[in-house]
Amino acid sequence: MHMARFKLFQASFLIALALGAPSRAQTRPATSAAKASFNRDIRPVLSDNCFACHGPDTKKLKGGLRLDLRDQALKPAKSGQIAIVPGKPSESELVRRIVTQDEDDLMPPPESHKVLTQAQKELLRRWIAEGAEYQGHWAYLPPVQPPVPGTWNAIDFLVQRRLTDLGLQPSPEADRRTLARRLFFDLLGLPPKPEDVASFERDPSPDAYSKLVESILASPHYGERMAIGWLDVVRFADTIGYHSDNPRNVWPYRDYVIKSFNEDTPFDRFTREQLAGDLLPNSSLQQKVASGFNRLLLTTEEGGAQPKDYEARMLTDRVRAVGAVWLGQTIGCSQCHDHKFDPFTMRDFYSMGAFFSDIKEPIIGRREDGMLVPDNRQAAELDRLEEIATRAQHEFESPRPDLAASWESAVRETIEAEKHWTVLAPEKLVSAAGLKLTADNDQTITTERDPRNGKDTYRITVKTNLKGITGFRLEALRTDKLPGNGPGRAQDGNFILSEFSVDDAQTNKIALAEATATFEAEGFPASAALLGKNDANHGWSIRSSTGVNQAIHFVTKEPVAAEGDTTLSLVLKQSAGANQVLGRFRLSATTVAGGIRAGKTALPPAEIVEIVKLAAENRTEDQKLKLAAYHRSVAPELAGLRERVAEARKAKSDFEATVPRCLVSISMDKPRTVRILPRGNWMNETGEIVQPALPGFLRTPGKVPEDQSLNRFDLADWLVSRENPLTARVFVNRLWKQFFGIGLSKVLDDLGAQGEPPPNPALFDWLACEFMDSGWQVKHMVRLIVHSQAYKQVSTSPQNLQARDPYNRELARQSRWRLDAELVRDNALAIAGLLVPRIGGPSAKPYQPDGYWENLNFPVRTYDASQGSDQYRRGLYTWWQRSFVHPSMLAFDAPTREECAAERNRSNIPQQALVLLNDPSYVEAARAFAVRILKECHGDEAARITWAWSLALSRAPRPDELETTRALLDKHLAQYRGETKAAEEFLKVGSHPSPPNVDPAELAAWTNVARVILNLHETITRS
Amino acid sequence: MNLHADLRQFLLQRQTRRAFLGRSSQGLGTLALASLINPTILKLAAAAGAGKKDSLTGAVNPCHLPPKARRVIWLTMAGGPSHLETFDHKPKLAEMHGQPMPESFTKGKQIAQLQGAKLVCFGPQHKFKTYGQCGAEICELFSHIGSLADELCIIRSMTTEAINHDPAHMFMNTGSQIAGRPSMGSWVVYGLGSDAQDLPGFVVLTSLGKGGQNQPIAARQWAAGFLPSRFQGVHLRSKGDPVLYLSTPPGVTREQQGDVVQAVNVLNAKHDAIVDDPEVSARIAQYEMAFQMQASVPELMNISQEPQHILDLYGCKPGDGSFASNCLLARRLAERGVRFIQLYHKDWDHHGGVKEGIALKAQEVDRPCMALMTDLKQRGMLHDTLVVWAGEFGRTPMSQGGDGRDHHNAGFSVWLCGGGIKPGLSFGATDELGYNAVENIIAVHDLHATMLRLLGIEHTKLTVKFQGLDARLTGVAGTLIDGILA
Repeated sequence: MHMARFKLFQASFLIALALGAPSRAQTRPATSAAKASFNRDIRPVLSDNCFACHGPDTKKLKGGLRLDLRDQALKPAKSGQIAIVPGKPSESELVRRIVTQDEDDLMPPPESHKVLTQAQKELLRRWIAEGAEYQGHWAYLPPVQPPVPGTWNAIDFLVQRRLTDLGLQPSPEADRRTLARRLFFDLLGLPPKPEDVASFERDPSPDAYSKLVESILASPHYGERMAIGWLDVVRFADTIGYHSDNPRNVWPYRDYVIKSFNEDTPFDRFTREQLAGDLLPNSSLQQKVASGFNRLLLTTEEGGAQPKDYEARMLTDRVRAVGAVWLGQTIGCSQCHDHKFDPFTMRDFYSMGAFFSDIKEPIIGRREDGMLVPDNRQAAELDRLEEIATRAQHEFESPRPDLAASWESAVRETIEAEKHWTVLAPEKLVSAAGLKLTADNDQTITTERDPRNGKDTYRITVKTNLKGITGFRLEALRTDKLPGNGPGRAQDGNFILSEFSVDDAQTNKIALAEATATFEAEGFPASAALLGKNDANHGWSIRSSTGVNQAIHFVTKEPVAAEGDTTLSLVLKQSAGANQVLGRFRLSATTVAGGIRAGKTALPPAEIVEIVKLAAENRTEDQKLKLAAYHRSVAPELAGLRERVAEARKAKSDFEATVPRCLVSISMDKPRTVRILPRGNWMNETGEIVQPALPGFLRTPGKVPEDQSLNRFDLADWLVSRENPLTARVFVNRLWKQFFGIGLSKVLDDLGAQGEPPPNPALFDWLACEFMDSGWQVKHMVRLIVHSQAYKQVSTSPQNLQARDPYNRELARQSRWRLDAELVRDNALAIAGLLVPRIGGPSAKPYQPDGYWENLNFPVRTYDASQGSDQYRRGLYTWWQRSFVHPSMLAFDAPTREECAAERNRSNIPQQALVLLNDPSYVEAARAFAVRILKECHGDEAARITWAWSLALSRAPRPDELETTRALLDKHLAQYRGETKAAEEFLKVGSHPSPPNVDPAELAAWTNVARVILNLHETITRS
Repeated sequence: MNLHADLRQFLLQRQTRRAFLGRSSQGLGTLALASLINPTILKLAAAAGAGKKDSLTGAVNPCHLPPKARRVIWLTMAGGPSHLETFDHKPKLAEMHGQPMPESFTKGKQIAQLQGAKLVCFGPQHKFKTYGQCGAEICELFSHIGSLADELCIIRSMTTEAINHDPAHMFMNTGSQIAGRPSMGSWVVYGLGSDAQDLPGFVVLTSLGKGGQNQPIAARQWAAGFLPSRFQGVHLRSKGDPVLYLSTPPGVTREQQGDVVQAVNVLNAKHDAIVDDPEVSARIAQYEMAFQMQASVPELMNISQEPQHILDLYGCKPGDGSFASNCLLARRLAERGVRFIQLYHKDWDHHGGVKEGIALKAQEVDRPCMALMTDLKQRGMLHDTLVVWAGEFGRTPMSQGGDGRDHHNAGFSVWLCGGGIKPGLSFGATDELGYNAVENIIAVHDLHATMLRLLGIEHTKLTVKFQGLDARLTGVAGTLIDGILA
C-alpha cells in the first residue's frame, strides 16, 4: 500500500519537474563536495574541543592563542609557533599538536577528557591545506533568502534539493484522516470530530485541504495551542517559585498571549508589547498587561533573603530570558565570565540586565496585587462607582465656616480643660492576646500587630499619687501607621471598647457613674462601655469619625480615696473581633470635683492645637487648609457625609476586589544601579557601573549613538530589527519543531557555536527571511509550513530510511510523537465530551491527589479542586504551582517553568501509564466517554465499539482490535452484573453526574473499554 | 541531552527485552502478557535474560573506577542543623557566651536574618561526650549515633555557597543555585542505571518534625532537570497513594485492571506491527512496569511484615510516617536494588529555641539513624551502601533573638558511613568559635565528587551536553576528598 502511494508522489514530482520547475542541475549551486566548510565542519570541532582555552574567554586563554579569530590563529602564539599556516598543514603547529604521540604536547590535553577522532583530525588538516578559510558564525550572519523558482513551495524546493543531494526520496502523502488529525493536533491541540474527518475525506474539491486549514486557523482554539510553547519559553506560572512559592496575579498575561496569536499580532509588535508595553505612547490596557512578561521571573519571600543577592538573581534571570526567548543564546554563562564559545562578554551581560533596572518591584517579599484588568462591563462599573465617590468627596470638602467657628471654640475649651488632667504613666502593660504594648515618653501606648483572633483585653497598671480621683480619660489617638489612620486596628481605623473598668490595688472595681465621649457612632454610645452595660458585640465606637483623635471620659461614683501612691489597673476589654482594638491611646485622670465630661472634641494633635491658638488672621494658607481638613474629619455634623464618602469608596474597592489583576511593568524614574559583578559575586561591589546597551558583537557600530541612553523599548526594537540576525531564526526554529517534531537546528535554545549548524541552512534562512518580509506574520508562516508537501508526508517509514536518518533531520518523511501534557488532557476531555471550550480566565484546578502540597509551607496550603465547569478546562489553564506542578502534567513532561524552557523532554515513563489508568480526571473522562457510547450510539456491541473508535481515533477498529475489545467488554460486563456495588463505586469517581437511567454494570464495563481506548499509544500520539 | 547516546541505550535495552521476552516483530510474546498478571514471571525472565544480577544499565558502563558503594542513602536534615549542638564541640564558644562576636570572624561574610543585628556569641546549648575507640566528640543527645562512632566519618569543615533554604537545598542536591539542573540522584541513576526490577531507581521519602519549623521543600529538589524524566526521583508518600496515582480506581479489581492493561498492550502491539515505532514498544514496557509497581510498591511500603525486634530497633510503628519508618523503608528499598534513596527530615530551622529544638530532633532521628546503619551492617550491606547525613547548611555561633541561631554557610558538619568511607574518622575543623571552616575546607562540589568516586564514577567524566556545555554535577569544580577514603 505504501509503495503504491509512494510511486504516485514520485510521479507527481516528476510531472512538476516536467511542468517547468527548473531542474536540479540548473538551480543547485555547484557544491564541491570535497572542500571543508568552516561553519559546517570545522567550527563545531574547534568549539567543542579547543575554544574553552583558545576562544573568546580571554581570561582563560592558554598560550596566548585564540582559534576563534583567523588573524589571531595565524599569528605566532606565546611559544613563537604558528598554529595555522594556511595551505601548509605540515608547518601548522595545530596539526602537529593534534597528532603527536607526546602526551605533554597533545591537544586537546588528556585531562580535558576530549578526544579528536581520526576523521576530525583529517578534516582539520584538510581545511588548513585548503587555505583555512574562516566564516562568521552562521547564526550571526544576516539570513539571506535563497532564490526559489516561483512555481514551487519554497519549503518543498529546498527540502527536495537537500534530499536529492543525499540520494533520499520523499515519502508519499498521508491519507486524509491522518492529515486531518495532524492539522487538528498541531494547530488546535484538539482531536477532530468524526464529522470533520468525514467531510474532509469526502470533499472532492482541489482546495479541500486549504479550506480545512483556513477553518482551523479561524478557530479561537488556535491561540490556545500556540500559547503553550510561548508560555513555556517565557516561564509563565501562577506562583513565585522560590521557598513559600506563593501565588501572584498574572493570568491576564496568558490571555493576552492567546489573543495575540488568534489575532495574528505581528511578532515584532508582540515583542515590543511584552518587553516595553508600558513605555509605548498612550499604551492600552492590553499592552500594559503584555509588559507583565517582565514580571514572570522567580521571586522569594524567604526570611533572611538578602536584597543584593536577589537583585543579582533577578537580573540574571531576565537576561537569560532574553537569551532564551529571542536570541537563542545561552548567555547565562556570562554572569561570571566572558562566554567560552560565543562572543558574549560579561559587559554585554550586565548591560543587557541594565535594561530592566527601571522595573518597579519589591526585590524580596510579596508581590503587589498588580494592575486592575477590567473587561468593558467592569470598566463601566468602575467608572460609575468612581463618579459616586468623587461626588461625595466633593460635597464633603466644601467649606463649612458656620460649623468651624463653634468647633474652634470647643477646641479652645478642651485646651483649657487640659490643665486639669494628669497623664498616667504605665508601669505594666499586659495584652491578653500576648501582644507587646509599648509606652512612649509621653505615655502614649502603641500595639505592634493584630491580635490572632482579632480581639484583645489590655490591662494597664499605673501608679499615681493623685488623691481623690474623680474621673478617667481614655484618648484614642490617630497615627498614619495604622489602617485608616487609626486609632483602632480595624481596616477603617475603628475600634470598639466593649468595656472599661478600673481596679484598685486590692482588685476591687472602682464604681464608674457616667461615660461621655467626643464622638459616638450610632448604636455605640460611650455609656455602652460601662461595666454591666454591654455585651460582647457592643461598646463605645467611633465609626465614621476615625482617623482623628477621640476621647471617652468616665466620672467615678465617689472620689477615689487613697493615701500616698495608689496602684490602679485600667482594663480595656475589646471583644468585638475583626481587629476592632485600639492601636494607639493614652490614659489620664482628674481630681476636679464632679469629674469632667467630654466636650465636643478631643484634644487635636499638637500641630492643630497650635493653629487653633493662633488668631485667624495670623494663619497661613497652609495652616488654614490643614485646620479645615482636620475639622471636616471630626465634625459630628459631617458624620453622615463622611460615612457616605467611606461607603462610596468601599463600594468601589469591594467591586475592584472582583476585577482581575495582573503584575505589569512600571518604570521608575530612578533605575537601580547595575554593576558588573566580578565572578558573578553579588557581595563584590567593586565592579564597574554599566548602562543599558546592546550586545557588542551583534550591534551595527554607529547605528545607535553611543551616548544615547537606551530603554526597554530600544531593546525590543533592536530585537526585531533587520540588524539582529537571531530573532527570526529563533522563532521559526521553534515553530518548525511544532510541525516536524525537531528544530531546523535541533538545539532550540542555543544557536551559538555549541548549538547545531542546521543540516539545511538554506531552508532555515529562507524561512527566517520570509518571516521578516511578511511583516512577522505567524499565521503566514504556519500556512506555508502546513501547505508544504514535506508536512503532508506519511510519518511511517521503511527501515532503511529510519536507519539513514533516525531523527528525521532531512524530512524525507513526517515524524510522530506523543502529545504534549496539556493536549493529552484536552484530547481525553474532548473525546469524553467534557471539555469546556471557554477561552481564558483564572487558572483552573483539576483534581489532584490529597497531600501533594504537603511540603509547601508559609502558609500551609490545601488544594481545592475547581468546581463545576471549571473542572473541565483545557490543560493550559491548569494552575501552575512552580514547586509542585500538577502531577499529571509533570508526568507528561510539562516543565516547572522555573527557568525558560524552549523545549520539553518527551519521555515515556511508567508514571504516564499510572496517570492515564488511575487519575480521577481520566477515569471520569472514561466514564463520560462510556455514557456517550451508550447514549449516542444505538447499535450492537460491535457498532458501539466502532463508534467509540471513530470518536477517539477517527477510524474504524480492525477486526482483531474489535475482538480484543469485545472480549474485555463481555468479561467485565459479566463480572459487574454480579458485582453491582463495585460498579456503583467505580462510577462515583469524578463529580460529573451520569444520567440516571443507565445500568451501572453496563456503564462500568463500557467505562473500562473507554479506559482502554484513552490509554492507547495511538490515542495520545500525533502522527 | 545527547539524543544519540540515549537512543542507543534504549535500543540496547529493547533488544535485550526482545531477547528475553521472546518478542517477535509481529507482537508481544506470550511470556510478557503472562507477566502482566504475575510479575514474578517477568522478574525470573529478566534475571535469566540479563544473565547475571546487578548488571549496569546506565551511561557509565563500565564504571570509570572500581566502585566501593553500590547505592546511596542520603539522610537530608532539612532546615540546617546546628553543628554546634550536634557534631562540632566548641568549648571556647561557651566561654565567650554573651560577649560580642569578634568582627574578624564575620567580616565580609554572608549573613541571613541577622543582617544589621548586634552579633553576640551563643554558647553550645547541650553537652558533648567522646564516643568510640576513635574518641569522636558528639553531642550527648545523639548517643545512639555516638555508639557507632567507630563506623562514622565526621566532616566538620563543610561549606556551601547559599544561605537561604531553597537555593541551599538546590546547591546541595544539584551543584547549582539555578533551577533546572538534575539532582544528584538523577545523575547517579543516569550514570549507573538501577538494579531495581519494579521500582524507580531514585526514591525520595519525606517526614515532618514535631517542632513545626517545617521549611517547604520543592519537588525540584529531586527533579531530573535536563536529563530524561525517567531519571527523576519518585516521592514515596506516607499518606494516600505511596506513588501518585498508584491505586486502581475503586470498584476495579486488580484482575480487571490487569485486563485493561493487557488489552492496552495487545492493541498497542498490533499498532506497533503497523507503524514499527520504538516508542510503542517502550510504551508497552512502561505499562508493564506501572502494573507491577501497583503491586510491588504497596508490598514495599508494608513494614508490618517486619519482625517486632526490627520495628523496635528503629522505634517505629507501621504507617506512622515517621523518619524512623522512612529509615526502615530505606533499608527495604536498598535491598530491592534502588540506587539512590534520599530521606528528608524537616524542622531543623532553629531561629529560636535551638536548645529544645535540637533535643526534639535528637529524639526523632538519633535511634533511627543508628538502627539503619546497624540493620544494614547485620545484613552485610553497609560495606557497599554509602550513608550520608547532611543539612543544607549550619547555624551561626551567634545568637538570634537570645535563644536561636541563624543560617550559616561558612562551616558546618556532615557525616558519612559505609561504602568506601574511612571509619572512625573526624575530618576537618572550624575555628575555635565554630564560624569558619579552617582545616581541610570542603565545598559541596568536593562532597559530590567524592560520593561519585565511591560509586565508581569519575566526576569530570559524567557529563551531558546542556546549553552548549558539558554540564556536570560538579560544575567546573570538585576535588576528591582523599582523606576520607578507606
